[in-house]
Amino acid sequence: MDRDCTSALVEQVREASVRRVPLRVVGGDTKRFHGRATEGRALETREHGGILRHDPAELVLTARAGTPLAEIEAALASKGQRLPFEPPHFGSGATLGGTVACGLAGPARAWSGPLRDFVLGARVLTGDGRVLRFGGEVMKNVAGYDVARLLAGSLGILGVLLDVSLKVLPRPPGERTLALEMDEATALTRLAELARSALPLSAGSWIDGRAYLRFEGSDATLDEVQRRLGGEVVAESRDFWSGLREQSHPFFAGDAPLWRCTLPPLAPQLSIEGTPLVEWNGLQRWYRCPPGVTAFAAASAVGGHATLFRHAPAGVDVFSPLPPAMLRLHRALKRELDPAGILNPGRMYADL
Amino acid sequence: MTPDPALVSELRSALGADAVLVSAEACTPFECDALNTQRRRPDIVALPRSPEQVMAVLNACRRHATPVVARGAGTGLSGGALPVAGGVLLVMSRLDQIIEIDPARRIARVQPGVTNLEISQAAAPFGLYYAPDPSSQVACTIGGNVAENSGGVHCLKHGLTVHNLLEIRVATIDGEWLTLGSASGEAPGLALLPLFTGSEGMLGVTVEATVQLKPLPERVELVLAAFGDVRRCADAVGRIIATGIVPAGLEMMDAPAIRAAEAFVHCGYPTDAAALLLCELDGLNHDVQRELDAVQALLHDCGATSLRVATGAAERLRMWSGRKSAFPAVGRLAPDYFCMDGTIPRRHLAGVLERIGEMSRAAGLPVANVFHAGDGNLHPLILFDAGQPGEVERAEYLGAEILELCVAVGGTVTGEHGVGVEKLGPMCTQFGADELEAFHALKRAFDPDGLLNPGKAIPTLARCADYGAMRVHGGKLPFSHLPRF
Repeated sequence: MDRDCTSALVEQVREASVRRVPLRVVGGDTKRFHGRATEGRALETREHGGILRHDPAELVLTARAGTPLAEIEAALASKGQRLPFEPPHFGSGATLGGTVACGLAGPARAWSGPLRDFVLGARVLTGDGRVLRFGGEVMKNVAGYDVARLLAGSLGILGVLLDVSLKVLPRPPGERTLALEMDEATALTRLAELARSALPLSAGSWIDGRAYLRFEGSDATLDEVQRRLGGEVVAESRDFWSGLREQSHPFFAGDAPLWRCTLPPLAPQLSIEGTPLVEWNGLQRWYRCPPGVTAFAAASAVGGHATLFRHAPAGVDVFSPLPPAMLRLHRALKRELDPAGILNPGRMYADL
Repeated sequence: MTPDPALVSELRSALGADAVLVSAEACTPFECDALNTQRRRPDIVALPRSPEQVMAVLNACRRHATPVVARGAGTGLSGGALPVAGGVLLVMSRLDQIIEIDPARRIARVQPGVTNLEISQAAAPFGLYYAPDPSSQVACTIGGNVAENSGGVHCLKHGLTVHNLLEIRVATIDGEWLTLGSASGEAPGLALLPLFTGSEGMLGVTVEATVQLKPLPERVELVLAAFGDVRRCADAVGRIIATGIVPAGLEMMDAPAIRAAEAFVHCGYPTDAAALLLCELDGLNHDVQRELDAVQALLHDCGATSLRVATGAAERLRMWSGRKSAFPAVGRLAPDYFCMDGTIPRRHLAGVLERIGEMSRAAGLPVANVFHAGDGNLHPLILFDAGQPGEVERAEYLGAEILELCVAVGGTVTGEHGVGVEKLGPMCTQFGADELEAFHALKRAFDPDGLLNPGKAIPTLARCADYGAMRVHGGKLPFSHLPRF
């Protein structure tokens, strides 16, 4: 069955562009909570699916945007490979397009790098109905501006992703998670120390008085790490990390506003009421705040940024505000790729 | 062209008289970068000492509607820093301070004129280094690396500039300061840092960069494998990677390159081999051992005729020395050569190398191949003699054919050297009119009047018939003392 829906999508976008009908770009609709609310006719990309190419020797996978993330991960796993940035699904229907457009990464982020680091190329449908191809399927490519990486995390405001090529990597031979008791301040120092050692720390987290350290490598390496650091081996390691990644851990339960703070290395404890869940060796910290409390000032006080990730009370902006010069540049870029302003209007900032 | 006296006096009052050059004698050294076949003496050279002075230059150029070209150390291979007629050449070399090495946070904050290698040298006492290692790293600057998204031999595992950059401070032609990226690696809004990286000075001028430092690996091993034919060697590249090993470096040379390198530096390469592979592994002791065993078994299985593992750091450097001096070594074989920079999917390595061989024979011009096999990044060196009538044209034609072949198998016309002025023609092979128009549109968002490095990197549709290539005369590269790889 041919799952190429490019022409149907082009048709819908062109029509909407002419009539100036706002569109809400939808993949699996699993991350609708992320970003600001956007009103518009749904532009469904889920049918535009299918893995186009995956040759394990190339370390590249190319798939249509509507391909389920689960299908991609299964195809990679069957060849001993994976998406290094460990993306969250937030629901069974998550698609590649939504994953790339949201640009979110899981526990491995501090070890592997952000999602955009793995974007090699993309085919994209602009707001005025042009289909453009940027980047490619090779590791090194400096021909033209890197528009494919610009689209990572762009929340669909510049274009509708059609196909994406990602760099993928082999799975390590083994992984082991160690848990050590310590308080938050000690954990923040300890995690940063481990991150600058040569040890293969693929995830570092702290919650409820315990640091969780995930290491990757051969059994001999993992044994040596364990001898050096001690701690208790976490038996259900995969479940623990997927609980953080998918936010099924009890920390994320309930409907208190959930704040995500991304911070420079070794940022001190934030002046926010409550105890955070720490990820990425301290670079990402989650807070549950009462409505009326925002984390923007506390994060920026230490050189970081805050996002109101879930359960936003009405009238509170969700992303850290941009400086005026940056906002002007964002508007200019939006105007060039989506002149009618129909793609996910307001999803990132109010007038984008 | 006589420089605009009002602009000169404005620049002199902002930068000081000694920081603004206008005489032919003073400006001539800046007439080209490492693509030295393209030369244009700048009318005005500005040498600011601070970010504020950089901004003053940009403001003055905007007010006088004068084009401005930023230049780092001038080691670029594609003419990105070639001066433009009637413009100002903004030379960033005096902004050369390492602002901070912060080992605890694993970051370095530097001015754009700091050289690539200086960062690693400053970080070394803390057991850290800056991973991207372009061949010109002793001379090239971090500002130029950002502009070109520079690579090196360790990209497959350790990434390009874009993967190791956290935050940059940019001066725009509109007179605004922008901070792109952040020390955490996550910033609100669009991902402008990767868009800016590799934009060849077309979108703004970097005045400060914060880069990620990495811990030096616990153990490094280098394997040299010789093969009796090119196909077996090329196939071994894909098999190593398919087996789940990502080498720190995976470099290949063919027979002409091997013999030239051996004759040049006497590094012990097997001169009877048709191809050789250098495979570097790094990481923790046990992991490197496991990979080393696997790689040796696999290379043997792929038909390697000899295998050698460097016995220590000294031998490792000696084994690398042939590879790293391959460009000047090949340069001794003929009066001139062009260096191509296409990247292809690895599965096409053997086929493309064979096809390049056929093209070379048909053109009657020898080609030596020495390249980043792990990345599929080819550097075919086309040998010719510009003194022979018609040879330049034949060599240019062959170069264009090779780049078209790279695009035809799903690759790109430039993996790491940039487009500059050199590959404006081949860009038209890779991109259609709609993509090129989108690139121009993105530039407009940053630079509405088109004053930053105009005419580079992105061809106008009208330019799409032109072709060019790197030309080296008399075996002499600019910066000939630098290794090229």
